Amino acid sequence: MSDPTTQPLLELRAITKSYGGVHALADVSFAIRAGTVHALVGENGAGKSTLVKIITGVVEPDEGEVLIDGEPVWIGDAQTAHKLGIVAMYQEPTVFPDLSVAENVFAGRHPRSRMRTVDWGAMQSEAKRILRELGVDFGPDTPVRGLGVADRQLLEIAKALSTNARLLIMDEPTAALSPNEVDNLFVTVRKLRDRGVAVIYISHRLEEVGELADTVTVLRDGRHIDTRPARELSHGEIIRLMVGRSLDALFPKEDAEIGDVVLSAKGLTRRGIFADVSFELRRGEIVGLAGFVGAGRTEVAMSIFGVDPLDAGRLEILGRPFRPRSPRAALHRGLAYLPEDRLHQGLVQPMSVSDNLSMAVLPGLTPGGFLRPRRERALARRFMEQLRIKARSPAQVVRSLSGGNQQKVVLGKWLAAEPRILILDEPTHGVDVGTKADVHRTISHLATQGLTILLISSELPEILGMSDRVLVMREGRLVAELSRDEATQERVIQAAAGVEAVA
Amino acid sequence: MIARFRAMKPQELAAAAFRLRELGIVLALVGVVIFFGARATNFLTGSNWQDIAQNVSIVVVVAVGETMVILTRNIDLSVGSIVGLCGYLVAATLVHHPSIPVEVVALISIAIGLGLGVVNGLLVAVARIPAIIATLATLAIFRGIDAEITGGKNITAYQLPDRFLRLAASKPAGFPALAWIAVGVAVLGAAMLRWAPWARDFYAIGSNPDAARFAGIRAGRRVITAFALSGALAGLGGFLFASRFPTLDSFAANGFELTVITAVVIGGVNVFGGSGTILGVVLGAVLVATISDGFTLLRLSEFWKIFFNGLAIVVAVTIDALVTRRLQEALRRRRAGLLVAPGAGADA
Repeated sequence: MSDPTTQPLLELRAITKSYGGVHALADVSFAIRAGTVHALVGENGAGKSTLVKIITGVVEPDEGEVLIDGEPVWIGDAQTAHKLGIVAMYQEPTVFPDLSVAENVFAGRHPRSRMRTVDWGAMQSEAKRILRELGVDFGPDTPVRGLGVADRQLLEIAKALSTNARLLIMDEPTAALSPNEVDNLFVTVRKLRDRGVAVIYISHRLEEVGELADTVTVLRDGRHIDTRPARELSHGEIIRLMVGRSLDALFPKEDAEIGDVVLSAKGLTRRGIFADVSFELRRGEIVGLAGFVGAGRTEVAMSIFGVDPLDAGRLEILGRPFRPRSPRAALHRGLAYLPEDRLHQGLVQPMSVSDNLSMAVLPGLTPGGFLRPRRERALARRFMEQLRIKARSPAQVVRSLSGGNQQKVVLGKWLAAEPRILILDEPTHGVDVGTKADVHRTISHLATQGLTILLISSELPEILGMSDRVLVMREGRLVAELSRDEATQERVIQAAAGVEAVA
Repeated sequence: MIARFRAMKPQELAAAAFRLRELGIVLALVGVVIFFGARATNFLTGSNWQDIAQNVSIVVVVAVGETMVILTRNIDLSVGSIVGLCGYLVAATLVHHPSIPVEVVALISIAIGLGLGVVNGLLVAVARIPAIIATLATLAIFRGIDAEITGGKNITAYQLPDRFLRLAASKPAGFPALAWIAVGVAVLGAAMLRWAPWARDFYAIGSNPDAARFAGIRAGRRVITAFALSGALAGLGGFLFASRFPTLDSFAANGFELTVITAVVIGGVNVFGGSGTILGVVLGAVLVATISDGFTLLRLSEFWKIFFNGLAIVVAVTIDALVTRRLQEALRRRRAGLLVAPGAGADA
């Protein structure tokens, strides 16, 4: 495996990248050798995806160097990365559903005959050879639309093999796979490694890291924490390295009076997405919903809010049964949801602050069927003040506001509907520190007024700082419920990663 | 039959859904022929078949180009105007220069169509105007140019040379000349979509534009190519149109794009790109032309033709949407086994 005397295939030197003054990566240096599996671990937001984007040429680092075979290289675009033998496989495979497996493998670079036509024969046999090598159970003629996620992952690997990749980046490849499929994938990854391919393996599942990786690199808050041989690291040790973000600089949560059960969920199931999720929310309570990306948190919220259908389970709001049929029905029962992707799902970008704020409560502003502009403006002013939205006037177009202020407009829009229960999905994702504190202050204040809040967040400090209770999801299931006192970074990560005990 | 589908692996299910479409058109066609054969006295005559064949031919020629555009997840609404403009220019050229060989006139018509198609392609791929808007604009612009050139006058069959007029009526090997041309275009088009690397890219671009970019496909160039081909074939269509309907004014082939797009959509080309075959499009064109012909024989108004064209689109696209949704749902549920009971229902 790794031989310290040979030159690393890929070396990163002092890579730094920031977005809008926030460091996504700061001074990251480590090396990856050919013929090894190199695991990259860290919490959500630790900088793993930014690092992958730099290696694949999607973004350029602000500072630092990337070296391949000891030579500094400039990877400005996807094509250059390709030529250097760098191939990335994403969680959501990028396939052509309408085309056959063989054509997916060779899209954009069909083998050609002497007549410069597509050489279907050569394409077929070459694809067949690669598929046989991978040991998959579908043929080159299979339409990709019919393949499941696991098979699409294998298809991505087949693509990588056909280009003679030297460095294969796998980002959470097992997120949607069954244990059997994971085993098959691992056999393939080991085969590739033994052929001299370097594999960067990103996963939240620490047992997979232990089983597969030769080397482990831990990132935290955009900084390189450690790179060590996998056999020297226990799961507990990895978790200890991953966590340890500071909890200061957070708004202190105000104490709220916690009352009766407002919402109860029993056995919520959406087949293939999440299963048997049960919990209760009380008046005035902030409940954190933690878990890694892809654990099913957003999907549960979308089903409760009536966006996606539930296959099984019961919901009650204030003791009365509730069937989530549509967002409108949910709003009617006092349930509001602030989506994760605020720019697409939460706001109408070309409309004004006041138009957006009043959107969910228009009937109240339109007695007799005509909008009363004065009432609408009054409403807008009230929320702009309460949430400290920085806009020139209620008439300013939402598109021209900063991300944090847009987030506040979405929040205001739902608050205008005077909900009893508010589901917040990553409310501070991508906003600056000042706005973050504002949002936390608002959330905390709303709880003291008796609002119930379900807070979905990938940032542990936010979850731990704001929540009265923490629920943890992993792979579509609710795996832990911790009180404010029980909830520590280690315990939440353990539950989210599925690791038994910390050494 | 349903039980057979239930037993299928998801991959086979997806493949079967493709075949189903072409079979469906053939069945609909049989039904239509039986219906009109019983109702309209002249429907099952040789001369009526010739009529249908000639009408279908022009639709097929233009529809092959339209198919290329729709495969890339775009649309070309300007083909009717290109047919009209080129048709008039063909006739005008022959009126003023009766001695020019018809083949040369045909080539000029194709070249003009190609140029107009490139304009469409540039608007969509370079100026990044959504195809539906860009070609809606050029539909009006090309028609406006047509009106300016005709100056409100029209050309009639008497002004055109005989050898041109004989073209549409001629029957080499007992088959209308227009039909031979349409078959040639369809075969050539199908061959390109199968064998030409650049034409295979149309499917990739329409199927997943982002993935196409990741795969290093030059999507912009390919889209321009598709529009250029659509324009060129509409140019050829204009030439054929002039020979078949030799009385031309500035309204010639007005609304023809609707007939063409109807044929393409009924023929099973996905309006969101990525899938569809020339065989399906030809069958779709035959179905549309047969219905239209039957209505004429039954002396039903033009309004009913348009009504049924619309209805046919709704039926075809609804069936497509339902089949696709059922398929997606079936695939999702088959994969659901992974979470609920590991290993139990996985399709791997």
